[in-house]
Amino acid sequence: YAWDANEEYLFKAMVAFAMRRYSSKSTTQISNVLLCNMTDRVSFWFVVTDSSKNVTTVPGSEVEAAIRMNRNRINSAFLLSDKTLQFLKITSTLSPPVEPSTPVWLIVFGVVLCLIVAGIVFLVVSGIQKHKKKNKESTERENLEEKVEVTLENGIPCEALDLKAGHINGVFAADDERFTSL
Amino acid sequence: LSATPEMPKEDDRPKWDNKFQYILSCIGFAVGLGNVWRFPYLCQIHGGGAFLIPYFIALLFEGIPLLHLELALGQCLRKGSIGAWNTISPYLGGIGVGSWMVSVLVSLYYNTVLTWVMWYFINSFQEPLPWSVCPLNENRTGFNEECYESTAVNYFWYRKTLNITPDITESGTLQWWLILCLATCWAIVYLCTIRGIETTGKAIYVTAIFPYLVLTVFLIQGLTLPGATDGLAYLFTPNLHTLKNPRVWLDAATQIFFSLSLAFGGLIAFSSYNPPKNDCEKDAVTVAIVNSMTSLYASISVFSVLGFKATTAYWDCLDRNIISIINEFDLPEESIMRQNYTSWISFLNSSYPERIAGLKLKTCDLQEFLDQSVSGTGLAFIVFTQAIILMPGSQAWAILFFIMLFSLGLSSMFGNIEGVFTPLLELRIIPKSAPKELLSGIICLISFVIAVCFTLGSGSYWIDIFDRYAGSLPLLVIAFFEVIGVVYIYKIKRFSKDVKWMTGRKLNLYWQITWRFISPLLLLVVFMAFVTLQIQKPPSYTAWNPKYEGFPMKEEKVYPPWVQAICVLLAALPCVCVPLVALFHLAKQKRRSKDPEVFTCQGANS
Repeated sequence: YAWDANEEYLFKAMVAFAMRRYSSKSTTQISNVLLCNMTDRVSFWFVVTDSSKNVTTVPGSEVEAAIRMNRNRINSAFLLSDKTLQFLKITSTLSPPVEPSTPVWLIVFGVVLCLIVAGIVFLVVSGIQKHKKKNKESTERENLEEKVEVTLENGIPCEALDLKAGHINGVFAADDERFTSL
Repeated sequence: LSATPEMPKEDDRPKWDNKFQYILSCIGFAVGLGNVWRFPYLCQIHGGGAFLIPYFIALLFEGIPLLHLELALGQCLRKGSIGAWNTISPYLGGIGVGSWMVSVLVSLYYNTVLTWVMWYFINSFQEPLPWSVCPLNENRTGFNEECYESTAVNYFWYRKTLNITPDITESGTLQWWLILCLATCWAIVYLCTIRGIETTGKAIYVTAIFPYLVLTVFLIQGLTLPGATDGLAYLFTPNLHTLKNPRVWLDAATQIFFSLSLAFGGLIAFSSYNPPKNDCEKDAVTVAIVNSMTSLYASISVFSVLGFKATTAYWDCLDRNIISIINEFDLPEESIMRQNYTSWISFLNSSYPERIAGLKLKTCDLQEFLDQSVSGTGLAFIVFTQAIILMPGSQAWAILFFIMLFSLGLSSMFGNIEGVFTPLLELRIIPKSAPKELLSGIICLISFVIAVCFTLGSGSYWIDIFDRYAGSLPLLVIAFFEVIGVVYIYKIKRFSKDVKWMTGRKLNLYWQITWRFISPLLLLVVFMAFVTLQIQKPPSYTAWNPKYEGFPMKEEKVYPPWVQAICVLLAALPCVCVPLVALFHLAKQKRRSKDPEVFTCQGANS
């Protein structure tokens, strides 16, 4: 928006409002606020006079304190912020950054850790189950092989048989081929 | 129930589920954090597009031949690094031990880098991002001093994350938040490597492919940001004069070598799980080319974002100057814009030079902002995080970026851990009846306990030392001995026959020449140049010292003698394994006087 006489009027009104709230006396009028040295930059000087005390100016420290107290009201009246509406010699107090009660990162960390621990437990347990199943299968297979050995032994202990030097028993080999597949 | 005599001996050796898993694991191992934060930096400081020339020459004569050698070796011998070299010749067993040691040392510190990434990741869920604002000091009148003098991003990295000490000799305290993240990282590594390649093979689908998706997203976003084209032009404008500097060639050779993760033993372990008749030649060329293309792709994404950051910094500089000029001369708002700033400043300088000089305006030069090059952790945790704050929707970008870095590092960790795990499994450290999960658990637990040392205040200085000395020089030595061992001790004729049996094609001239002469020569030259550069000046480091006069610049300090001794130890220990094991076997042979049996690839598999 452009800065014109109406905006100046609003500014005077806001300063008067700030003075009234600060000193809690309702004597400050808009006519008590004087603006001067207006430039194109939109920068100017202003003073507040005190009509009750023979047209003397209110000390600068009082005006500063009043403005500081109502800074955000003045800012929002002009839709500006501390950076865009600057009062020279009035530094703004900084607002502390918002800190939640529990740091957010701890929550995220807890979630991530729980997922990973669950994954590890799942894999370890499934590994143990697979291990047990494999052990059971291999013991079953061992038992079956023992029975086969007993059947093939025919009174001759297996270790004595030299499998490489022996002949393949044609009957059994042929039998293998005659077996029908399931 | 027939016992067939053709039952393969290595029935219980794990296998890859499919070829794609194997290729992806090799690519994941090769593509790591260095592709994102070292290659763009090297491109930038060594003349942009001109750097690609020595890079591709090094790739052709050093990277691809060595990669093919390692993959063929592992596939033929079907054992991890220690077992493989012991099989070739017991005198060369030291090479395997050296590789194994380097893998151990690198795993220790690499996971700590991932810890930092994880810490940033879990902090990215806050609004506003914690590294975008400075905390207030005690009486709330201003910002924390250390933060105010440097930047909020620097403060978050050096103080809130590392809590760094001003000197490497001051150890500081253990940072509990880093220990928590470290435990999580090692738990993730355990989860993925719990059964060796059975589990990493599944995890690699995610960790190897996801970074490419994120890089693409960043590329699209980066190219739409203002100033991206400046960054890219700056990166790729070739400056051929830099090629006269031998340093450029050395950097290209070392970058290609370390980028492909050669001589770690991890590639040998990966290819040992392959079926023996596999085309390792094609695999090697594929992995090397994908790795280089990824580096280029990542540097485009990174530099478009960095160009945006430089442009924003330049605009900020201009805006600050404009505000001070407008305030001084009481000009109307928006009379000076960025476009007519230069004409205004020259006009004002000619008419009111004293007032302009009194304003103490900072010269704003876009080139200067683009020139601020950083590599390594500085790029990711300081520069890039600053750029992310400036982007709209910064939390999403931060989360994506850090997950991408984590995946990149994790897939490289798989290779490192595999390089440690497979040889130990074959050496039968634990009884055969004990499950594999126990061995991987022991490895992860011991590594976690040792890596806790890196969470001290001085931890990041130690990680720099490990990175510079344990993860660089020994690899060159080991790779040199690998090539010499295969070509001249195992004899290249035998190896050619083995490779022909595996791939079905005869080794062509390119491989013969590079394996016999060019690669060993190149490795020797690189090693000499590397050592010469290292010993030219005493090893120093830069420390973050808030009490330094030049703060926020980092203070340059020299390592104390005991730290230098540790550096030498770290570099020498894996190298010294090679001759030690050879001497040990020489002594054993003298007592036994039995010839070691001759080994061939086909013999192991028929």
